[in-house]
Amino acid sequence: MQAFTKLTGIAAPLPRANVDTDQIIPARFLKSISRQGFGKYLFANFRYREDGSENPDFVLNQEPWRHAEILIAFENFGCGSSREHAPWALLDFGIRCVIAPDFADIFHNNCFKNGILPVKLPREVCEKLMEDARLGANARITVDLEREVVVRPNGEEIPFQVDPLRRHLLLNGLDDIGQTLQHAAAIDAFEAKQRAAQPWLYA
Amino acid sequence: MPAQKPRTLFDKIWDAHVVETLPDGTALLYIDLHLTHEVTTPQAFDGLRAAGRRVRRPDATLAVVDHNIATDDSRRTGIVDPESRLQVETLERNVAEFGVPYIPLLDERQGIVHVIGPELGRSLPGMTIVCGDSHTSTHGAMGALAFGIGTSEVEHVLATQTLLQKPAKNMRISVEGTLAFGCTAKDIILAIIGRIGTAGGTGHVIEYAGDAIRALDMAGRFTVCNMSIEAGARAGMIAPDQTTYDYIARTPHGPKGEKLARAMEWWRTLPSDPGAHFDTEVRLDAHAIAPQVTWGTNPEAVLPITGVVPDPAEEPDAAKRAQMERMIQYMGLTPGQRLQDLKVDVVFIGSCTNSRIEDIRAAAAIAKGRRVAEGVRAMVVPGSGLVKKQAEAEGLDRILKEAGFEWREAGCSMCLGMNPDKLTPGQRCASTSNRNFEGRQGPGGRTHLLSPAMAAAAAVAGRLADVRDFQPKEAL
Repeated sequence: MQAFTKLTGIAAPLPRANVDTDQIIPARFLKSISRQGFGKYLFANFRYREDGSENPDFVLNQEPWRHAEILIAFENFGCGSSREHAPWALLDFGIRCVIAPDFADIFHNNCFKNGILPVKLPREVCEKLMEDARLGANARITVDLEREVVVRPNGEEIPFQVDPLRRHLLLNGLDDIGQTLQHAAAIDAFEAKQRAAQPWLYA
Repeated sequence: MPAQKPRTLFDKIWDAHVVETLPDGTALLYIDLHLTHEVTTPQAFDGLRAAGRRVRRPDATLAVVDHNIATDDSRRTGIVDPESRLQVETLERNVAEFGVPYIPLLDERQGIVHVIGPELGRSLPGMTIVCGDSHTSTHGAMGALAFGIGTSEVEHVLATQTLLQKPAKNMRISVEGTLAFGCTAKDIILAIIGRIGTAGGTGHVIEYAGDAIRALDMAGRFTVCNMSIEAGARAGMIAPDQTTYDYIARTPHGPKGEKLARAMEWWRTLPSDPGAHFDTEVRLDAHAIAPQVTWGTNPEAVLPITGVVPDPAEEPDAAKRAQMERMIQYMGLTPGQRLQDLKVDVVFIGSCTNSRIEDIRAAAAIAKGRRVAEGVRAMVVPGSGLVKKQAEAEGLDRILKEAGFEWREAGCSMCLGMNPDKLTPGQRCASTSNRNFEGRQGPGGRTHLLSPAMAAAAAVAGRLADVRDFQPKEAL
């Protein structure tokens, strides 16, 4: 996993609430057995018209936002399915950070496993950032995970908070399976105890 | 000895599965059952292979194909779509290589992962259950802690049989009283989502309680817990009781004899203690719930069938108004239009929400002696091969086919538009599934969520209809 420390980039405004994972990547594109290549399907139902051509009205088809690395949206971002194809599609497109008032739990979790930082900020702050994002390439936003601040184009710093363990893993790009396997002895002990107490759980 | 603090059902299962608590409060949580399917696992098995890791507990893992497969006879001669075939073949190669038990496509036990887990007796009270699928919340109806995970977490569970988790908050939703004529578990959960909203349960595990929940059969309880995720909660649960135990006794792999006796001792301790703390409490009067149908593109956009399409002009909040306008436009509606006047093109009865034998009986009871309206395509997709077999033994397939319904093979089918069963742009569908998102059942498709009986009534009427007009009152 790629570490996330500090990012300065173009932010795309997506002023919608309840952006669900079927919008982020429709189910018909979930048939790949790879983690790569989902970027072209990101927001496919909005980005492409029925004949497959680009829809020029959608923000990610417009300059400069087709180069966006940050996405600003409203409440309950990522609701719906558990598909990790949603963060994979964002990442493959080039988006490393999503800022919204809140996120659906599973999507929120999946972001951290893929080097994407979801930042929760109050609705009023997201509205300000939405306005910044609308200014395009001249209004780059900085997201600094080390210092836990978002820096607006005018220099204003907005603090945010991330769970300390997740922050640590993300800053260092750590694979959590490796971390968990350091507790292998505790897992062995748990299993031995559970097998004795609840034998119906074991073949 | 000091008395222990009263605990909820969730607290008890959580506490029993904490392997270790890390300094920041994150728990390493042990997972008792890991269900897997073809869509969310290929990248996880690749990760194991790349790191030289094995599956820690194949005996606590079960694989099945359900999402991308066809639900017609074509499955017998091989999967037509090359990408779907590759995904299924990849799962078959992975389960063989890693020694994971697998139910193949043509096995009679094949079906939707959330139908077969409980049906086979693999999903049991007190367990922690995960699957790379958000509707894993379904299994909470057994009195288990069951939730959906992403593919990275699938890999984590395969390798370690644990997950890193922060404890959730407890929410109790009590549905008191008796359900009114024509209403079902689906109407309860839709009414709940309408009340608390699509993010109302975020960060929580919901325990459903109250007489109306206790009175539900297991099929109804699965329907309720299934859609917890549509209210934002990763897990929904119902305390185990005699209904649960009777269900387990009928399953092929549920514990028997001495093991069952020991399991029962633990299961009986699971219900929330009197005085246990819930962070959030919600109460609903069951009798006030009318048959529900969604009109918009998220499940909280729901109304009684007697309602009319809302008028955005009456919504004071600008953001909500914009969302309503967008939903009305996408759904092809007009404010003030009666929901019962909406003509349907397709009726879908199936999905992990409503594809169990009880659901098919409810649909057949409406279909019996009637005909699907001209121009409507109506399909019934059983949740598993075993449900299909049972329905055929009861002659339900005949009733449905005579009425003009398609009777299909088990799978996720038209719930999610990733297999051959999908809507074409602009088609309006009365669906017993769980999500009415834009494009969920196929690009441009318009979904109205409702109960199986309501769906069957819509098929016969050719429009959204009030099931109460189709049911003999004395029969209830």
